[in-house]
Amino acid sequence: MNPAQIEHGTTVVGFIPLLDCAPLAVAVEKGFAAEQGLDLRLVRETSWANIRDRVVVGHFDAAHMLGPMAIASTLGVGHLKVPMAAPLSLGLGGSGITVSLGLWDSMTAEGASLSASPRALGEALRTVVRARERAQRQPLTFAMVYPFSSHNYELRYWLAACGIDPDRDVRVIVIPPPLLVDAMREGQIDGFCVGEPWNSLAVAAGVGCIALPTTAIWRLSPEKVLGCRLEWTQRHPDRLRALVRAVYKSALWCEQPENHAELSRLLAEPRFVGAPAEILLRGLSNRLCMQPGGEPQRLENFYLPASRLATFPWVSHALWFYSQMVRWGQVGFDPEHVPQVRATYRPDLYRLALSGTAAEIPTSDTKIEGESQGRDGFFDGARFDPNDLSTYARKAE
Amino acid sequence: MDPMPEATPKTEPTLRVLIVDQNVMRASILEEGLREAGYVNVTVLREMHNLMRRIVDLDPEVIVIDLENPNRDVLEQMFQVSRVVRRPIAMFVDRSDTDMIVAAVDAGVGSYVVDGLKKERVKAVLDMAISRFHAFNKLREELDNARQALDERKIVDRAKGILMKQRGMSEEAAYALLRKAAMNENRRLSEVAQSVVTAASLLK
Repeated sequence: MNPAQIEHGTTVVGFIPLLDCAPLAVAVEKGFAAEQGLDLRLVRETSWANIRDRVVVGHFDAAHMLGPMAIASTLGVGHLKVPMAAPLSLGLGGSGITVSLGLWDSMTAEGASLSASPRALGEALRTVVRARERAQRQPLTFAMVYPFSSHNYELRYWLAACGIDPDRDVRVIVIPPPLLVDAMREGQIDGFCVGEPWNSLAVAAGVGCIALPTTAIWRLSPEKVLGCRLEWTQRHPDRLRALVRAVYKSALWCEQPENHAELSRLLAEPRFVGAPAEILLRGLSNRLCMQPGGEPQRLENFYLPASRLATFPWVSHALWFYSQMVRWGQVGFDPEHVPQVRATYRPDLYRLALSGTAAEIPTSDTKIEGESQGRDGFFDGARFDPNDLSTYARKAE
Repeated sequence: MDPMPEATPKTEPTLRVLIVDQNVMRASILEEGLREAGYVNVTVLREMHNLMRRIVDLDPEVIVIDLENPNRDVLEQMFQVSRVVRRPIAMFVDRSDTDMIVAAVDAGVGSYVVDGLKKERVKAVLDMAISRFHAFNKLREELDNARQALDERKIVDRAKGILMKQRGMSEEAAYALLRKAAMNENRRLSEVAQSVVTAASLLK
């Protein structure tokens, strides 16, 4: 594409200070946006509600957005109905479930260990939950960052699959990431599910243990997307194409091990994530310290900005998110929702932007999630067939 | 300029309004405005501790929160899932309120209204919040400008002092020299002064 063809004007993209804003930061700082003729300006935000509202009212052209948030906006669940388009996924994985040292002690007393399977960890947790119930103590409290998020759904999925009812046996509440470590230190919460660097920060602060990465619950699980108002994508096809290309190339750069040290220093700046570089490096290099004072442990495919088709917006990911919105009562199942959910994730725009490049592009829009056990599977062996959504949603209800 | 054809919305003195804002000055500006307009049930929360408990106790009909507050996400989830809050609170989800939402976000206001409450009943509160937030933003901008002007004056004074001491000049001559350099180089006076101060510190 000839960069000169792009219409003038700055493209404004909002983001939340989390590890997976990396490709956006790199697009600006390493010149990938400029290379595409794009004048890209990033704006750091303090809440997901602000991200949503500022995309809706047009302050932002696009944003680092929770995948389920884009779907909720398209459907008008919980807020205004404004159709969104997600032409690119901002990576796979990168999140974890951290528990307080006190809860971890109780869990290890019931057989949990750092190398234990998600199933064994969940069963230890269930024993702790039941014992508290019998002793008539307050239920455990888990925090996540937003109701329409992969973190909420993956936490609930793990709990439920291990026989813990997330609505009855424990409390699940929202706490913004910057307040999580303090809330855990003060004993307000017993665990949380959040993106990096907040798990590693809790470990470094000596207040928590990373019980499991969410990729242990669902391997190669989806996270954020580049979310835009549908109307904006229609009005600015050239800008959108340049943006997708720039962020795609940035994501490739982010994944290269030789760039990790530089990237962690960049993200450490207060205008981006504002956490210590050595902490950010843990998530980037897939080497997490799971408990205070512990040695870094290699976690295969913990955070993938680019490889394993990490930037491709699989429509089956969108449909799984929708199935969880139904499962947890955020929305009633409606066959009319399905085409709207499908239309929110836009592999067609991804293909359009990246055709003629070296990018590996799947020809299918969906895949059966959990089909290839060990590659993209759920820990409980479940299979999600996007063409059989109603059965899956009903079964889970 | 009032684009709305209907008359100014009536205030409703007994409406329970909660302001959640960590900025003391901004919260006071809004609180004062509401009280002047006759609202008697206005509460300001600056502490985020026990937010849920306080909201249950206060049972507000309208909540105004600043967009800089990360606890917006906490509030939204409470309203969505809570069985404790007696009357669940919802935002305007009616498409016809888009203009109001745009105006609010522009001003930095987040607002939540008890489900089922008629729009006309709270419009005056939200209009007030939006205009007071704008007033606060303007005030903050002026304050920033004043502070910047003060900083600039300080740096110019320091540069003058250096020139007076090192070149034995009078204050007027030192100032004239700085001005001339600024004009010749097409730079701001404070920038030239800053480079004099920096150079002097390097030569120390």
